[in-house]
Amino acid sequence: MTLEEITDKLGLEVKSGQDKLDMEVRRGYVSDLMSDVIANTKEGDLWITLQVHINIVAVASMKGLSGIILINGRQPEAATLEKARTENVPIFVSAQPAFEVAGRLYQLGITGMDDA
Amino acid sequence: MTSMKRLTQIHKVKELVYELKTRDATVTDVLTMSPETMMSQVRPILRSRKITAAPVISNDELLGIVSVEDYINWLTEGVPDCPVSERMSQDLITMFEDEPIVNAIINFEKYRYYEFPVINRETGKLVGIITKFDVLVALLKALDIDYSKKEISEYTRTHFFHDVHADETTLVFRYHVPGNDIKAGGEASSRLKKNLGYLGIYPEIIRRAAIASYEAEMNLIIYGGGGEIVVTIDSRNIVIDVTDSGPGIPDIEQAMKPGFSTASDWVRELGFGAGMGLPNIQSCAEHFDIQSTVGKGTRLKITIPLEVT
Repeated sequence: MTLEEITDKLGLEVKSGQDKLDMEVRRGYVSDLMSDVIANTKEGDLWITLQVHINIVAVASMKGLSGIILINGRQPEAATLEKARTENVPIFVSAQPAFEVAGRLYQLGITGMDDA
Repeated sequence: MTSMKRLTQIHKVKELVYELKTRDATVTDVLTMSPETMMSQVRPILRSRKITAAPVISNDELLGIVSVEDYINWLTEGVPDCPVSERMSQDLITMFEDEPIVNAIINFEKYRYYEFPVINRETGKLVGIITKFDVLVALLKALDIDYSKKEISEYTRTHFFHDVHADETTLVFRYHVPGNDIKAGGEASSRLKKNLGYLGIYPEIIRRAAIASYEAEMNLIIYGGGGEIVVTIDSRNIVIDVTDSGPGIPDIEQAMKPGFSTASDWVRELGFGAGMGLPNIQSCAEHFDIQSTVGKGTRLKITIPLEVT
């Protein structure tokens, strides 16, 4: 499933990384702890979080994540967005809470583990 | 070249025929005729450009195609001269410029025509024509670009340390990390990551070095009151040496336990202080050494081999 299809199906607001929407996504991860994301994500994962500060971009870029979904309608800080544009990291905003976003992604075939 | 390599090249072409659009192989400088052009003029016009057919258009709108075949048919019937609009083929197979090139290849196979008019989907107007030759050229160009990119990255990966004229080569990158601003965190490690990329170091190794330096950098900012990261690279190892003059760690064994943290509430609220920083660093390193004196500071030194294990 591509980021673009996910954007459509979940009604996400695209804040950055518009030219990367054709990327394929197979796995996702939900966490608000930076070191946990660093330790437990794999390249290409889609990350769901409530954190909106600039470090989420550093973490996503370092791990080569496919994108970040911010939940509960939380908007990225201005500095976060600027960094996301320079690093070309896609950031999305969902009006829904994390449970709902993860559940809908799972229904679309995005899983949390390779052998799920 | 091994057969496996040949196969990946073919896969690349398969990928490209879906990636490239018809517009990438469309010739826009096309000789066209107006519907009023007389049939007797067709042969000299086509001959002047050494082509076998031309679109007939009026206000950029495609009306039909007149070809050498239409001209010969008109000649053999021996009928009087007339505008091309009366003899042109109007039953046309056209392509949209945003269709993938694979559709053009399928159409060439299916209809056995030499060319197809290409239309803009929104305006319905003629953009140009596409021929087999143009498809071939577009594919070769795309492959060439792809190949030179690959060549450059392979070159740096295999040769950097060997090409420098010395018995031993050592590179040192030094980063000063200020202690106050948690939001500036990651700056040093992201700069380091770019450098390692320039050196053509294997992506998995770059990832390990970036993770270790990022966690160390955040430790300097959150706990150490700032400090210095010195990265030394030779043909065998990346050594990351991190020092601060902060409060020091009273119990290193405890600090190494996953989940143990002394972070303040506001730091935790930002998603740091999960008690995973040092364990994360350790998992990236082959050698991990941490020395700390309370009231004086902490020194962390890790080694990541350049060879993938």
